[in-house]
Amino acid sequence: MPMSPRKRAQAFRGVQYGILVLAVAAVAFFADWEKFGNAFFNFDAMGTQFPGIITTALVNTIIYTGLGFALGLALGLVLALMKLSSVAPYRWIATVYIEFFRGVPALLVFIALGFGVPLAFQIQFDTYSTAAIALGLVGSGYIAETLRAGIQAVPKGQVEAARSLGMSQSRAMVTVVIPQAFRIILPPLTNELILLTKDSSLIYILGLLDTQYELAKFGREGMNATNSMSPILLAGACYLLITVPLGYLSRYLERRAGRKRDEGLEVTA
Amino acid sequence: MSADTGDAQAASGGPIVEITGLHKAFGMLEVLKGIDMRVERGEVVCIIGPSGSGKSTLLRCVNVLEEPNAGSVVVNGYELTDPDVDIDRARRSIGMVFQGFNLFGHLSVLDNLTVAQRKVLKRDATEAERIARENLDKVGLAEKAGSMPEQLSGGQQQRVAIARALSMQPAVMLFDEPTSALDPELVGDVLGVMRQLADEGMTMLVVTHEMQFAREVADKVLFMDGGVIVESGPPSKVIADPAEERTKTFLSRVLNPVHASKTD
Repeated sequence: MPMSPRKRAQAFRGVQYGILVLAVAAVAFFADWEKFGNAFFNFDAMGTQFPGIITTALVNTIIYTGLGFALGLALGLVLALMKLSSVAPYRWIATVYIEFFRGVPALLVFIALGFGVPLAFQIQFDTYSTAAIALGLVGSGYIAETLRAGIQAVPKGQVEAARSLGMSQSRAMVTVVIPQAFRIILPPLTNELILLTKDSSLIYILGLLDTQYELAKFGREGMNATNSMSPILLAGACYLLITVPLGYLSRYLERRAGRKRDEGLEVTA
Repeated sequence: MSADTGDAQAASGGPIVEITGLHKAFGMLEVLKGIDMRVERGEVVCIIGPSGSGKSTLLRCVNVLEEPNAGSVVVNGYELTDPDVDIDRARRSIGMVFQGFNLFGHLSVLDNLTVAQRKVLKRDATEAERIARENLDKVGLAEKAGSMPEQLSGGQQQRVAIARALSMQPAVMLFDEPTSALDPELVGDVLGVMRQLADEGMTMLVVTHEMQFAREVADKVLFMDGGVIVESGPPSKVIADPAEERTKTFLSRVLNPVHASKTD
């Protein structure tokens, strides 16, 4: 006798749980926990990483990311406004820029900026500036698209109302559109910040002094020094220390923006 | 004197809105095909007509939210179709109320009413707030000053929008189907506020489907169809005793929708 749809769904849920249990059991039985534990969970090796991994590496990662994000935000805003410009060449330039920096691996941008630009123009930025500019360039393409979408998501009626009250186009933008776009943009912008945090691990390619180490580099140096994988695992945990709270912040902001939108729905109809 | 509405007196005496030979097309679609009309000071003019007749476009041409293709629009002494005219300055004296309210969602009710006063008219905060509260009181929402727009009903939002426009102390008010987005039981409050404004002598240009309002409040009714003004005159003529066949057909559908749909 064929199963009813609800019986079938129930059986299928049972199968899913079964697969999960089998997978966990396989990992538990077949992995060599002793070797793995020695390599990755060597707490002595981890201990040697303190306090540098916090006071140098974590702090540097935050600085690089923060500088890059600030620059990316400024550049991204200019690009977003260019993309919305009524002057066609501005739109073209912004489009080409965004497509380029969104499409090219971040590592190439670091190499170009760290080695290409100094060779071509005989100028040498210090490491923090290079890192900030490179991360800013990488982030700005994504950020520009996020900002543009956010600005366009503000209903046209808002601008019309502002203009009908005698506000100029730019006054309406600053007073009415951008504050409302900001609420829409905040959650995706937090995601950009998380991506940029991880991209900051590529800074090692510039060649860093040990006071300039960020988390990934610091972890790998620790690996070499202790002959154990444990320091890199610790570095990974430190990334989570930054990104997990940001993720929660993003979801919180998303919920808040979503609630606003739901309540506002009938208004824009 | 709170400055800056001073030039509202620029053309006192003449008509406050004067439109001649107005044409407007969206791409190939010609929406307005030569409109001539005028609104005198203190007059209430209602524009009625089927959807797609161009009545909202006409209203939006009065403060140049739509750019006319040809013809001239003179409002309060400003020749708005002249590119040399400062359109932002001209719009200060033209209040507009939209179908979708368009309150600024990130600002409280009070801030909605003061933001343009402060940023555009450069009034100081105290003065702007005094005028804002006065107008909130006028639309019966004095106690909602601290609310956010999303906390208000549609009818309340529309009354706030009217108060926002009034706070600029405009010389003429434009209403673009102000009650079309409202639940039926909320329409009365908004129409009540508009009627009160009319009684106070405000010059008003109203695009509406509310025939009763047009009949009782309007000094003049324009019936539009297909991008032209088909018929105009006092409501006792245009609504009660229309001369044109198109006006009669439209009115019979609007005033008696059940019956009209049967005979279709």
